[in-house]
Amino acid sequence: MAGQEGKIGKQVVLPLSKAVEISVKSIKTRLGRSMITASGIVLAIAFLMSIFVSSSINKALLEKGSAEIRIQLQDLGGEEQAKQMWLVVLSLLVCVVGIANAMLMSVTERYKEIGTMKCLGALDRFVIKLFLLESGFMGLIGSIAGALLGGLLMTVVSGINYGLEVITKFPVVDFLYYFAIAVALGTVLSVIGAVYPAYTAARMVPADAMRSEI
Amino acid sequence: MAEENVVRTRNVKKVFVMGNVALEALKGINLEIRRGEYISIMGPSGSGKSTLFNMIGGLDKPTEGKVYIDEVDVAQLDAYELAWLRCRKIGYIFQTFNLIPVMTALENVTLPMTFAGMSTDESIDKGIRLLTMVGLGDRFQHKPIELSGGQQQRVAVARALANDPAIVLADEPTGNLDLKTGKEIIDLLRKMNKEQEVTIISATHDLKMLDVSDRVFWIRDGKVERVERRADLDLNIGTVEGE
Ligand SMILES: Nc1ncnc2c1ncn2[C@@H]1O[C@H](COP(=O)(O)OP(=O)(O)OP(=O)(O)O)[C@@H](O)[C@H]1O
Ligand SMILES: [Mg+2]
Repeated sequence: MAGQEGKIGKQVVLPLSKAVEISVKSIKTRLGRSMITASGIVLAIAFLMSIFVSSSINKALLEKGSAEIRIQLQDLGGEEQAKQMWLVVLSLLVCVVGIANAMLMSVTERYKEIGTMKCLGALDRFVIKLFLLESGFMGLIGSIAGALLGGLLMTVVSGINYGLEVITKFPVVDFLYYFAIAVALGTVLSVIGAVYPAYTAARMVPADAMRSEI
Repeated sequence: MAEENVVRTRNVKKVFVMGNVALEALKGINLEIRRGEYISIMGPSGSGKSTLFNMIGGLDKPTEGKVYIDEVDVAQLDAYELAWLRCRKIGYIFQTFNLIPVMTALENVTLPMTFAGMSTDESIDKGIRLLTMVGLGDRFQHKPIELSGGQQQRVAVARALANDPAIVLADEPTGNLDLKTGKEIIDLLRKMNKEQEVTIISATHDLKMLDVSDRVFWIRDGKVERVERRADLDLNIGTVEGE
């Protein structure tokens, strides 16, 4: 039929501000489950941060601490450090798998919602955007909490071992540096963990997504 | 314009394959629906109504045959065009309402407008207007869980109309509602059909739907058994109810 062409347009949009709004709302509304998902990140990042902080406190004390503490510290070998790195890598791995698992579950229980969004005109990448943002925010908050937790805990433990010098010689710059690294790493890992689930969710045929009754 | 087909299907077939069993849910459906019609698709459970609904709505692909919306072959559309079609051309209503649970009534109604590129202020104005039109003007800040089934379905009707679609597709819109509430939704759809000239296509078991339909497609076993105009209907209702 002539004159019918161009009737179908192409443009559908999801502005970033809206996507942020929706994903934050989704985290808040499902606060309980969001916290369970985030707790994996909190623990892994707390562990990472505690190792960062303990090694930077030790370093500071070795350089600037009293003779007594230096002798105490020199007894700790480099072997210890290698073992710790291995533990950090392992804990981060567990963290990614944990997040991927939690996101996969949250995707599965939201098939219908995803199908509905696609009926309303959402592109695959809107769905991916929403899930990645959601996971990124949880990662950010979880990592900040974890980094604070791990950092504080390790400072207290070092304080008990080596006394007040830990406070007076506290490596502030190093602490901030490692804090930033831990938070960035936690956030990035959360997003990575969500890629596969988000991608699976987005690619579903709407009819199949709607059929699932969970 | 009156003769224009807003929906046309050509020998649409759908086969579901589960393991090594193939089930032919649609066995060659041909139908033509004109702009502004109110169509009911009736048929027993498992006859293929929802499957047909998905084909017409671009929610699934036919195994064989063609679906044309406004004379455009849906199979030829790319992902962007298909999303646009779902966003702007078609409004969907489901038996289970399918509102987004974390969003308020108003947010549910404005989401398709956001996808369509409308500004926030504009979409809020329009959303409130639509919710008022379906009789929920005072409930727009409520989450779906705080609304009754009938109220949720009204929100769904408002959402379906968000981008002034040419077609509203409804799959058993009264299936989860009691008699009276179901009647209210049917009347609401009829009103939208008359006032906004939107084509309504509704799959249903609900015989109340017959009163308002311009035409009824009877589906059985994946085929269109017969098509009736409203004028011819009254004679047959008795036999259906006796089934
Ligand atoms: N995704 C699917 N996979 C396998 N079989 C399917 C699928 N969808 C539908 N079917 C089958 O196709 C047939 C038609 O199903 P459909 O849902 O279209 O029926 P219906 O007329 O909507 O029924 P109801 O009135 O109960 O909703 C049924 O036999 C059903 O089991
Ligand atoms: Mg059905």
